[in-house]
Amino acid sequence: MKKFEIDKLETYGVDEHPVGAHIPEAGNSELYETGSWRTFRPVIDFEKCIQCLYCFIYCPDSSIRLEEGKVVGIDYKHCKGCGICSSECPRDAIEMKEEIRED
Amino acid sequence: MAQAQIMNLTGNQAVAYAMKQINPDVVPAYPITPQTPIVEEFATFVANGVVETELVRVESEHSAMSSAIGSAAAGARTMTATSSQGLALMWEELYIASGLRLPIVLINVNRALSAPINIHCDHSDAMGARDSGWIMIFNENAQEAYDTTICAVKIAEDKRVFLPVMINYDGFTISHSIDRVEVLDDTTVREFVGSYNPPYNMLEKPITVGPFDSLGGFYYEFKKAQSDAIERSLSVIQEVYDQYAAISGRHYHHLESENIENADIVFIIMGSLTGSVREKVNQYRSQGIKAGLIKVRTFRPFPGDQLAQMVAGTKLLVVFDRANSPGAEFAPLASDVAASLFKAGKVMPIINVIYGLGGRDLELDEIDEVLNFSLKVLSGDKKPRKIWISLKGKEVE
Repeated sequence: MKKFEIDKLETYGVDEHPVGAHIPEAGNSELYETGSWRTFRPVIDFEKCIQCLYCFIYCPDSSIRLEEGKVVGIDYKHCKGCGICSSECPRDAIEMKEEIRED
Repeated sequence: MAQAQIMNLTGNQAVAYAMKQINPDVVPAYPITPQTPIVEEFATFVANGVVETELVRVESEHSAMSSAIGSAAAGARTMTATSSQGLALMWEELYIASGLRLPIVLINVNRALSAPINIHCDHSDAMGARDSGWIMIFNENAQEAYDTTICAVKIAEDKRVFLPVMINYDGFTISHSIDRVEVLDDTTVREFVGSYNPPYNMLEKPITVGPFDSLGGFYYEFKKAQSDAIERSLSVIQEVYDQYAAISGRHYHHLESENIENADIVFIIMGSLTGSVREKVNQYRSQGIKAGLIKVRTFRPFPGDQLAQMVAGTKLLVVFDRANSPGAEFAPLASDVAASLFKAGKVMPIINVIYGLGGRDLELDEIDEVLNFSLKVLSGDKKPRKIWISLKGKEVE
Protein backbone atom coordinates (compact mmCIF):
# COMPACT_ATOMS: atom_id res chain seq x y z
CA MET A 1 0.00 0.00 0.00
CA LYS A 2 1.22 3.46 -0.93
CA LYS A 3 1.30 6.49 1.32
CA PHE A 4 -2.18 7.93 0.84
CA GLU A 5 -2.07 11.06 -1.31
CA ILE A 6 -5.54 12.08 -2.34
CA ASP A 7 -4.32 14.13 -5.32
CA LYS A 8 -2.48 11.15 -6.81
CA LEU A 9 -5.26 8.52 -6.64
CA GLU A 10 -5.66 8.60 -10.43
CA THR A 11 -2.16 7.20 -10.83
CA TYR A 12 -2.63 4.33 -8.34
CA GLY A 13 -2.59 0.73 -9.54
CA VAL A 14 -5.05 -1.86 -8.26
CA ASP A 15 -2.80 -2.87 -5.34
CA GLU A 16 -1.86 0.64 -4.33
CA HIS A 17 -5.22 1.87 -3.10
CA PRO A 18 -6.07 1.62 0.61
CA VAL A 19 -7.64 -1.78 1.41
CA GLY A 20 -11.44 -1.67 1.30
CA ALA A 21 -11.68 1.86 -0.10
CA HIS A 22 -11.06 3.41 3.31
CA ILE A 23 -9.78 6.97 3.47
CA PRO A 24 -7.01 6.49 6.02
CA GLU A 25 -6.72 10.15 6.94
CA ALA A 26 -9.19 12.53 8.50
CA GLY A 27 -10.01 16.07 7.50
CA ASN A 28 -9.40 15.89 3.76
CA SER A 29 -12.99 16.23 2.56
CA GLU A 30 -12.31 19.93 1.86
CA LEU A 31 -9.94 18.81 -0.88
CA TYR A 32 -12.91 17.30 -2.71
CA GLU A 33 -14.93 19.76 -4.75
CA THR A 34 -18.64 19.34 -4.08
CA GLY A 35 -19.79 22.81 -5.16
CA SER A 36 -20.19 21.70 -8.77
CA TRP A 37 -23.55 20.06 -7.96
CA ARG A 38 -25.13 23.47 -7.31
CA THR A 39 -28.00 24.76 -9.49
CA PHE A 40 -28.61 27.96 -7.48
CA ARG A 41 -25.87 30.09 -5.98
CA PRO A 42 -26.32 32.25 -2.87
CA VAL A 43 -25.18 35.84 -3.34
CA ILE A 44 -24.87 38.14 -0.31
CA ASP A 45 -25.96 41.76 -0.52
CA PHE A 46 -23.61 43.42 1.97
CA GLU A 47 -25.75 46.58 1.91
CA LYS A 48 -28.47 44.59 3.71
CA CYS A 49 -26.25 42.25 5.79
CA ILE A 50 -26.20 43.06 9.52
CA GLN A 51 -23.50 40.42 10.38
CA CYS A 52 -25.89 38.43 12.59
CA LEU A 53 -24.08 35.21 11.46
CA TYR A 54 -27.34 33.25 11.12
CA CYS A 55 -26.15 32.03 7.71
CA PHE A 56 -22.89 30.82 9.24
CA ILE A 57 -24.75 28.95 11.99
CA TYR A 58 -27.28 27.34 9.65
CA CYS A 59 -25.01 26.40 6.72
CA PRO A 60 -24.83 22.56 6.76
CA ASP A 61 -21.61 22.56 4.71
CA SER A 62 -19.53 25.19 6.54
CA SER A 63 -19.49 27.24 3.37
CA ILE A 64 -19.98 30.73 4.82
CA ARG A 65 -16.56 32.35 4.86
CA LEU A 66 -15.69 34.38 7.93
CA GLU A 67 -12.77 36.69 8.53
CA GLU A 68 -12.24 38.11 11.98
CA GLY A 69 -15.77 37.15 12.95
CA LYS A 70 -17.42 38.82 9.95
CA VAL A 71 -19.12 37.23 6.97
CA VAL A 72 -17.03 37.96 3.90
CA GLY A 73 -18.54 35.63 1.30
CA ILE A 74 -19.42 32.09 0.25
CA ASP A 75 -17.07 29.14 -0.32
CA TYR A 76 -18.41 28.17 -3.76
CA LYS A 77 -16.08 25.14 -3.94
CA HIS A 78 -18.23 23.41 -1.32
CA CYS A 79 -21.59 25.28 -1.27
CA LYS A 80 -24.22 22.97 -2.78
CA GLY A 81 -26.80 25.71 -3.16
CA CYS A 82 -29.33 24.30 -0.66
CA GLY A 83 -30.64 27.82 0.06
CA ILE A 84 -30.89 27.44 3.82
CA CYS A 85 -28.80 30.59 4.36
CA SER A 86 -31.12 32.56 2.09
CA SER A 87 -34.18 31.19 3.84
CA GLU A 88 -32.87 31.91 7.35
CA CYS A 89 -31.43 35.39 6.69
CA PRO A 90 -33.59 37.85 8.74
CA ARG A 91 -32.83 40.71 6.33
CA ASP A 92 -33.33 38.83 3.04
CA ALA A 93 -29.75 39.73 2.22
CA ILE A 94 -28.97 36.44 0.45
CA GLU A 95 -30.44 35.89 -3.01
CA MET A 96 -30.36 32.49 -4.77
CA LYS A 97 -29.33 33.10 -8.35
CA GLU A 98 -29.56 30.38 -10.98
CA GLU A 99 -26.21 29.03 -12.06
CA ILE A 100 -25.78 29.74 -15.76
CA ARG A 101 -22.85 28.33 -17.66
CA GLU A 102 -21.00 31.02 -19.55
CA ASP A 103 -19.73 28.73 -22.35
CA MET B 1 0.92 -30.92 19.62
CA ALA B 2 -1.36 -29.45 22.23
CA GLN B 3 -3.30 -31.49 24.77
CA ALA B 4 -6.76 -32.28 23.41
CA GLN B 5 -9.87 -32.88 25.44
CA ILE B 6 -12.72 -35.01 24.15
CA MET B 7 -16.20 -33.60 24.65
CA ASN B 8 -19.73 -34.54 23.64
CA LEU B 9 -21.02 -31.48 21.84
CA THR B 10 -23.61 -30.61 19.24
CA GLY B 11 -22.29 -28.73 16.22
CA ASN B 12 -23.63 -25.49 17.63
CA GLN B 13 -22.09 -26.12 21.05
CA ALA B 14 -18.77 -26.95 19.42
CA VAL B 15 -18.81 -23.67 17.52
CA ALA B 16 -19.88 -21.68 20.60
CA TYR B 17 -16.98 -23.35 22.43
CA ALA B 18 -14.59 -22.29 19.65
CA MET B 19 -15.97 -18.74 19.90
CA LYS B 20 -15.39 -18.82 23.65
CA GLN B 21 -11.77 -19.76 23.06
CA ILE B 22 -11.34 -17.11 20.34
CA ASN B 23 -12.83 -14.50 22.71
CA PRO B 24 -13.89 -12.02 20.00
CA ASP B 25 -14.27 -8.34 20.89
CA VAL B 26 -17.81 -8.02 19.56
CA VAL B 27 -20.62 -10.46 18.69
CA PRO B 28 -23.78 -8.84 17.35
CA ALA B 29 -26.39 -11.56 16.78
CA TYR B 30 -30.07 -12.26 16.31
CA PRO B 31 -31.58 -15.71 16.92
CA ILE B 32 -32.92 -17.94 14.16
CA THR B 33 -33.45 -21.68 13.97
CA PRO B 34 -31.18 -23.69 13.74
CA GLN B 35 -28.45 -21.18 14.69
CA THR B 36 -30.06 -20.12 18.01
CA PRO B 37 -28.19 -22.46 20.39
CA ILE B 38 -24.83 -20.97 19.33
CA VAL B 39 -25.82 -17.54 20.55
CA GLU B 40 -27.63 -18.92 23.62
CA GLU B 41 -24.54 -20.84 24.63
CA PHE B 42 -22.23 -17.94 23.84
CA ALA B 43 -24.45 -15.50 25.76
CA THR B 44 -23.98 -17.76 28.78
CA PHE B 45 -20.20 -17.44 28.41
CA VAL B 46 -20.62 -13.65 28.26
CA ALA B 47 -22.96 -13.57 31.28
CA ASN B 48 -20.60 -15.75 33.30
CA GLY B 49 -17.63 -13.54 32.47
CA VAL B 50 -15.79 -16.37 30.72
CA VAL B 51 -15.20 -14.10 27.71
CA GLU B 52 -14.66 -10.36 27.43
CA THR B 53 -16.92 -10.05 24.39
CA GLU B 54 -19.44 -7.26 23.91
CA LEU B 55 -22.62 -9.13 22.94
CA VAL B 56 -24.92 -6.81 21.00
CA ARG B 57 -28.55 -7.92 21.02
CA VAL B 58 -29.81 -6.44 17.78
CA GLU B 59 -33.36 -6.33 16.40
CA SER B 60 -32.72 -8.17 13.12
CA GLU B 61 -30.05 -9.86 11.03
CA HIS B 62 -29.87 -6.72 8.91
CA SER B 63 -28.77 -4.94 12.07
CA ALA B 64 -26.55 -7.84 13.15
CA MET B 65 -24.42 -7.59 10.02
CA SER B 66 -24.56 -3.78 10.09
CA SER B 67 -23.25 -3.79 13.66
CA ALA B 68 -20.62 -6.34 12.71
CA ILE B 69 -19.45 -4.05 9.90
CA GLY B 70 -19.31 -1.08 12.28
CA SER B 71 -17.35 -2.93 14.92
CA ALA B 72 -14.94 -4.58 12.45
CA ALA B 73 -14.36 -1.20 10.77
CA ALA B 74 -13.57 0.29 14.16
CA GLY B 75 -10.86 -2.33 14.59
CA ALA B 76 -12.59 -4.95 16.74
CA ARG B 77 -12.47 -8.70 16.11
CA THR B 78 -16.08 -9.50 15.24
CA MET B 79 -18.08 -12.70 14.84
CA THR B 80 -21.76 -13.41 14.29
CA ALA B 81 -24.02 -16.33 13.38
CA THR B 82 -27.20 -16.88 11.41
CA SER B 83 -29.21 -19.22 9.17
CA SER B 84 -31.53 -19.13 6.18
CA GLN B 85 -33.86 -16.10 6.18
CA GLY B 86 -31.42 -14.40 8.53
CA LEU B 87 -28.63 -14.68 5.97
CA ALA B 88 -31.06 -13.49 3.32
CA LEU B 89 -31.85 -10.41 5.41
CA MET B 90 -28.09 -9.74 5.69
CA TRP B 91 -27.75 -9.76 1.92
CA GLU B 92 -26.89 -6.13 1.23
CA GLU B 93 -24.49 -5.98 4.17
CA LEU B 94 -22.67 -9.12 3.01
CA TYR B 95 -21.46 -7.21 -0.04
CA ILE B 96 -20.51 -4.22 2.12
CA ALA B 97 -18.51 -6.39 4.53
CA SER B 98 -16.49 -7.94 1.70
CA GLY B 99 -16.18 -4.68 -0.27
CA LEU B 100 -14.85 -2.88 2.79
CA ARG B 101 -12.52 -5.88 3.29
CA LEU B 102 -13.61 -6.49 6.88
CA PRO B 103 -12.50 -9.82 8.37
CA ILE B 104 -15.81 -10.73 9.99
CA VAL B 105 -16.41 -14.41 10.72
CA LEU B 106 -20.01 -15.51 10.19
CA ILE B 107 -21.28 -18.91 11.24
CA ASN B 108 -24.07 -19.90 8.87
CA VAL B 109 -26.00 -22.98 9.94
CA ASN B 110 -27.45 -24.09 6.62
CA ARG B 111 -31.22 -24.08 6.34
CA ALA B 112 -33.69 -23.92 3.47
CA LEU B 113 -35.20 -20.64 2.30
CA SER B 114 -38.95 -20.02 2.27
CA ALA B 115 -41.41 -20.64 0.64
CA PRO B 116 -42.85 -23.01 1.67
CA ILE B 117 -41.48 -22.28 5.11
CA ASN B 118 -39.07 -24.97 6.22
CA ILE B 119 -36.55 -24.99 9.06
CA HIS B 120 -34.45 -27.93 7.88
CA CYS B 121 -31.20 -28.15 6.04
CA ASP B 122 -30.20 -27.34 2.54
CA HIS B 123 -27.57 -25.04 1.10
CA SER B 124 -29.90 -22.53 -0.59
CA ASP B 125 -29.12 -19.85 1.99
CA ALA B 126 -25.37 -20.01 1.43
CA MET B 127 -25.74 -20.30 -2.35
CA GLY B 128 -27.75 -17.08 -2.35
CA ALA B 129 -24.65 -15.42 -0.89
CA ARG B 130 -22.32 -17.21 -3.29
CA ASP B 131 -21.26 -14.10 -5.20
CA SER B 132 -21.09 -11.74 -2.23
CA GLY B 133 -17.30 -11.99 -2.05
CA TRP B 134 -17.12 -14.01 1.16
CA ILE B 135 -14.79 -16.94 1.66
CA MET B 136 -17.10 -19.94 2.10
CA ILE B 137 -16.16 -23.15 3.90
CA PHE B 138 -18.46 -26.17 4.26
CA ASN B 139 -18.17 -28.76 7.00
CA GLU B 140 -19.15 -32.38 7.35
CA ASN B 141 -19.39 -32.70 11.13
CA ALA B 142 -19.13 -30.88 14.46
CA GLN B 143 -15.38 -31.45 14.68
CA GLU B 144 -14.79 -29.75 11.36
CA ALA B 145 -17.13 -26.90 12.32
CA TYR B 146 -15.11 -26.36 15.52
CA ASP B 147 -11.78 -26.53 13.71
CA THR B 148 -12.65 -24.30 10.76
CA THR B 149 -14.25 -21.68 13.02
CA ILE B 150 -10.86 -21.26 14.69
CA CYS B 151 -9.06 -21.28 11.33
CA ALA B 152 -11.54 -18.75 9.89
CA VAL B 153 -10.35 -15.98 12.21
CA LYS B 154 -6.76 -16.43 11.09
CA ILE B 155 -7.71 -16.66 7.41
CA ALA B 156 -9.95 -13.57 7.48
CA GLU B 157 -7.42 -11.41 9.30
CA ASP B 158 -4.39 -12.41 7.22
CA LYS B 159 -3.03 -9.21 5.68
CA ARG B 160 -2.94 -10.83 2.24
CA VAL B 161 -6.67 -11.53 2.55
CA PHE B 162 -8.73 -9.17 4.75
CA LEU B 163 -12.02 -10.71 3.72
CA PRO B 164 -15.02 -12.01 5.66
CA VAL B 165 -15.36 -15.77 6.08
CA MET B 166 -18.59 -17.78 6.20
CA ILE B 167 -18.41 -21.11 8.03
CA ASN B 168 -21.21 -23.43 6.91
CA TYR B 169 -22.55 -26.64 8.37
CA ASP B 170 -25.83 -28.46 8.00
CA GLY B 171 -28.77 -27.41 10.14
CA PHE B 172 -29.96 -30.05 12.66
CA THR B 173 -27.91 -32.90 11.15
CA ILE B 174 -24.79 -31.21 12.50
CA SER B 175 -26.06 -28.26 14.52
CA HIS B 176 -28.29 -30.27 16.87
CA SER B 177 -26.70 -33.73 16.88
CA ILE B 178 -24.24 -34.64 19.59
CA ASP B 179 -20.87 -35.58 18.19
CA ARG B 180 -17.49 -36.57 19.57
CA VAL B 181 -15.40 -33.41 19.40
CA GLU B 182 -11.75 -32.98 20.31
CA VAL B 183 -11.23 -29.48 21.63
CA LEU B 184 -7.92 -27.74 22.16
CA ASP B 185 -7.11 -25.86 25.34
CA ASP B 186 -7.96 -22.15 25.51
CA THR B 187 -4.36 -20.93 25.52
CA THR B 188 -3.46 -22.91 22.42
CA VAL B 189 -6.42 -21.48 20.53
CA ARG B 190 -5.74 -17.90 21.66
CA GLU B 191 -2.08 -18.18 20.70
CA PHE B 192 -3.08 -19.67 17.35
CA VAL B 193 -5.50 -16.89 16.42
CA GLY B 194 -3.21 -14.21 17.90
CA SER B 195 -4.24 -10.61 18.16
CA TYR B 196 -6.11 -8.72 15.49
CA ASN B 197 -4.05 -6.09 13.68
CA PRO B 198 -6.37 -4.19 11.34
CA PRO B 199 -4.78 -2.09 8.58
CA TYR B 200 -6.66 0.95 9.90
CA ASN B 201 -7.89 1.29 13.42
CA MET B 202 -10.61 3.82 14.11
CA LEU B 203 -9.92 3.57 17.82
CA GLU B 204 -6.43 5.02 17.32
CA LYS B 205 -6.83 7.38 14.39
CA PRO B 206 -9.87 8.82 12.61
CA ILE B 207 -10.52 7.28 9.18
CA THR B 208 -13.37 7.34 6.69
CA VAL B 209 -15.06 4.00 6.00
CA GLY B 210 -17.38 3.53 3.05
CA PRO B 211 -16.94 6.86 1.26
CA PHE B 212 -18.87 7.56 -1.92
CA ASP B 213 -16.96 6.50 -5.01
CA SER B 214 -18.13 9.06 -7.52
CA LEU B 215 -18.41 8.74 -11.29
CA GLY B 216 -14.96 8.24 -12.67
CA GLY B 217 -13.85 6.95 -9.29
CA PHE B 218 -12.10 3.73 -8.38
CA TYR B 219 -14.90 1.19 -7.87
CA TYR B 220 -13.53 -0.95 -10.70
CA GLU B 221 -10.01 -0.97 -9.23
CA PHE B 222 -11.35 -1.84 -5.77
CA LYS B 223 -13.38 -4.73 -7.16
CA LYS B 224 -10.31 -6.08 -8.94
CA ALA B 225 -8.27 -5.80 -5.73
CA GLN B 226 -11.04 -7.63 -3.85
CA SER B 227 -11.17 -10.34 -6.50
CA ASP B 228 -7.38 -10.74 -6.35
CA ALA B 229 -7.61 -11.07 -2.56
CA ILE B 230 -10.10 -13.95 -2.62
CA GLU B 231 -8.03 -15.74 -5.27
CA ARG B 232 -4.92 -15.18 -3.14
CA SER B 233 -6.76 -16.57 -0.12
CA LEU B 234 -6.69 -20.06 -1.67
CA SER B 235 -3.06 -20.52 -0.65
CA VAL B 236 -3.50 -18.63 2.63
CA ILE B 237 -6.36 -20.94 3.67
CA GLN B 238 -4.14 -23.96 3.03
CA GLU B 239 -1.30 -22.35 5.02
CA VAL B 240 -3.65 -21.85 7.96
CA TYR B 241 -4.88 -25.45 7.67
CA ASP B 242 -1.24 -26.61 7.69
CA GLN B 243 -0.50 -24.55 10.80
CA TYR B 244 -3.66 -25.86 12.44
CA ALA B 245 -2.55 -29.43 11.75
CA ALA B 246 0.54 -28.77 13.85
CA ILE B 247 -1.53 -27.91 16.94
CA SER B 248 -4.47 -30.26 16.42
CA GLY B 249 -3.23 -33.25 14.42
CA ARG B 250 -6.12 -32.72 11.99
CA HIS B 251 -4.96 -31.67 8.56
CA TYR B 252 -7.54 -30.14 6.26
CA HIS B 253 -7.48 -29.36 2.55
CA HIS B 254 -9.74 -27.54 0.10
CA LEU B 255 -10.73 -30.85 -1.45
CA GLU B 256 -10.54 -34.24 0.19
CA SER B 257 -10.50 -37.27 -2.03
CA GLU B 258 -11.01 -40.95 -1.35
CA ASN B 259 -10.72 -43.85 -3.78
CA ILE B 260 -10.19 -41.60 -6.78
CA GLU B 261 -7.24 -43.59 -8.14
CA ASN B 262 -8.44 -45.23 -11.37
CA ALA B 263 -12.00 -44.23 -10.56
CA ASP B 264 -14.43 -44.27 -13.49
CA ILE B 265 -17.10 -42.44 -11.52
CA VAL B 266 -16.31 -39.73 -8.99
CA PHE B 267 -18.98 -38.45 -6.63
CA ILE B 268 -18.53 -34.81 -5.55
CA ILE B 269 -20.39 -33.49 -2.53
CA MET B 270 -20.14 -31.13 0.42
CA GLY B 271 -21.72 -31.05 3.86
CA SER B 272 -22.99 -33.70 6.26
CA LEU B 273 -24.26 -36.19 3.68
CA THR B 274 -20.69 -36.78 2.53
CA GLY B 275 -20.72 -39.56 5.13
CA SER B 276 -23.53 -41.46 3.40
CA VAL B 277 -21.85 -41.18 0.02
CA ARG B 278 -18.51 -42.27 1.53
CA GLU B 279 -20.20 -45.35 2.98
CA LYS B 280 -21.63 -46.27 -0.42
CA VAL B 281 -18.42 -45.52 -2.33
CA ASN B 282 -16.51 -47.86 -0.03
CA GLN B 283 -19.15 -50.52 -0.64
CA TYR B 284 -19.03 -50.00 -4.44
CA ARG B 285 -15.26 -50.36 -4.37
CA SER B 286 -15.58 -53.66 -2.48
CA GLN B 287 -17.99 -54.79 -5.21
CA GLY B 288 -15.41 -53.92 -7.87
CA ILE B 289 -17.12 -50.76 -9.09
CA LYS B 290 -14.51 -48.09 -9.67
CA ALA B 291 -16.14 -45.26 -7.72
CA GLY B 292 -14.44 -42.44 -5.87
CA LEU B 293 -15.36 -39.45 -3.70
CA ILE B 294 -14.31 -35.82 -3.48
CA LYS B 295 -15.50 -33.72 -0.59
CA VAL B 296 -15.47 -29.98 -1.25
CA ARG B 297 -14.54 -28.02 1.86
CA THR B 298 -13.58 -24.66 0.34
CA PHE B 299 -16.37 -23.49 -1.96
CA ARG B 300 -15.21 -19.84 -2.31
CA PRO B 301 -12.58 -19.43 -3.57
CA PHE B 302 -13.30 -22.52 -5.65
CA PRO B 303 -10.23 -24.78 -5.95
CA GLY B 304 -10.95 -25.49 -9.62
CA ASP B 305 -7.40 -26.20 -10.79
CA GLN B 306 -6.90 -28.79 -8.04
CA LEU B 307 -10.25 -30.36 -8.82
CA ALA B 308 -9.57 -30.64 -12.54
CA GLN B 309 -6.23 -32.31 -11.77
CA MET B 310 -7.79 -34.75 -9.30
CA VAL B 311 -10.37 -36.03 -11.78
CA ALA B 312 -8.04 -36.08 -14.79
CA GLY B 313 -8.42 -39.82 -15.36
CA THR B 314 -12.13 -40.07 -14.56
CA LYS B 315 -14.88 -40.89 -17.05
CA LEU B 316 -17.93 -39.48 -15.29
CA LEU B 317 -18.61 -36.99 -12.50
CA VAL B 318 -21.65 -37.12 -10.27
CA VAL B 319 -22.06 -33.79 -8.48
CA PHE B 320 -24.46 -33.60 -5.54
CA ASP B 321 -26.03 -30.18 -4.95
CA ARG B 322 -28.11 -29.42 -1.88
CA ALA B 323 -29.45 -26.30 -3.60
CA ASN B 324 -30.86 -25.63 -7.02
CA SER B 325 -30.34 -22.76 -9.40
CA PRO B 326 -33.78 -22.80 -11.02
CA GLY B 327 -33.61 -22.60 -14.77
CA ALA B 328 -29.83 -23.02 -14.88
CA GLU B 329 -28.21 -25.99 -16.61
CA PHE B 330 -26.53 -26.98 -13.35
CA ALA B 331 -26.91 -26.16 -9.66
CA PRO B 332 -24.08 -24.11 -8.07
CA LEU B 333 -21.55 -26.83 -7.18
CA ALA B 334 -21.93 -28.63 -10.52
CA SER B 335 -21.59 -25.30 -12.35
CA ASP B 336 -18.25 -24.68 -10.68
CA VAL B 337 -17.11 -28.23 -11.36
CA ALA B 338 -18.04 -27.89 -15.03
CA ALA B 339 -16.30 -24.51 -15.31
CA SER B 340 -13.15 -25.93 -13.69
CA LEU B 341 -13.02 -28.79 -16.18
CA PHE B 342 -13.67 -26.52 -19.15
CA LYS B 343 -10.93 -24.12 -18.01
CA ALA B 344 -8.50 -27.06 -17.83
CA GLY B 345 -9.49 -28.17 -21.32
CA LYS B 346 -11.21 -31.33 -20.11
CA VAL B 347 -14.60 -32.51 -21.23
CA MET B 348 -16.47 -35.28 -19.45
CA PRO B 349 -20.10 -36.00 -18.70
CA ILE B 350 -21.51 -34.59 -15.46
CA ILE B 351 -24.64 -35.81 -13.72
CA ASN B 352 -25.97 -33.14 -11.38
CA VAL B 353 -27.92 -34.68 -8.49
CA ILE B 354 -30.28 -32.38 -6.60
CA TYR B 355 -30.82 -33.82 -3.12
CA GLY B 356 -31.87 -32.98 0.40
CA LEU B 357 -33.77 -29.74 -0.17
CA GLY B 358 -35.66 -28.69 2.95
CA GLY B 359 -34.00 -31.46 4.95
CA ARG B 360 -35.16 -34.37 2.76
CA ASP B 361 -33.14 -37.42 3.76
CA LEU B 362 -30.83 -38.99 1.24
CA GLU B 363 -31.23 -42.71 1.91
CA LEU B 364 -28.42 -45.13 1.15
CA ASP B 365 -30.53 -47.05 -1.41
CA GLU B 366 -31.21 -43.76 -3.17
CA ILE B 367 -27.47 -43.37 -3.67
CA ASP B 368 -27.69 -46.81 -5.34
CA GLU B 369 -30.30 -45.32 -7.68
CA VAL B 370 -27.80 -42.58 -8.55
CA LEU B 371 -25.12 -45.20 -9.15
CA ASN B 372 -27.40 -47.25 -11.41
CA PHE B 373 -28.25 -44.17 -13.44
CA SER B 374 -24.53 -43.31 -13.61
CA LEU B 375 -23.67 -46.79 -14.89
CA LYS B 376 -26.30 -46.37 -17.62
CA VAL B 377 -24.70 -43.05 -18.62
CA LEU B 378 -21.28 -44.74 -18.69
CA SER B 379 -22.61 -47.50 -20.95
CA GLY B 380 -24.29 -44.93 -23.21
CA ASP B 381 -27.88 -46.01 -22.40
CA LYS B 382 -28.71 -42.68 -20.74
CA LYS B 383 -27.63 -39.11 -21.30
CA PRO B 384 -26.15 -37.13 -18.38
CA ARG B 385 -28.48 -34.49 -16.94
CA LYS B 386 -29.74 -32.88 -13.79
CA ILE B 387 -31.70 -35.42 -11.72
CA TRP B 388 -33.78 -35.00 -8.56
CA ILE B 389 -33.27 -37.85 -6.12
CA SER B 390 -35.57 -38.87 -3.20
CA LEU B 391 -38.76 -37.44 -4.74
CA LYS B 392 -41.79 -39.13 -3.17
CA GLY B 393 -43.31 -41.74 -5.41
CA LYS B 394 -40.69 -41.30 -8.12
CA GLU B 395 -37.51 -43.16 -8.92
CA VAL B 396 -34.81 -41.86 -11.20
CA GLU B 397 -35.39 -43.03 -14.74
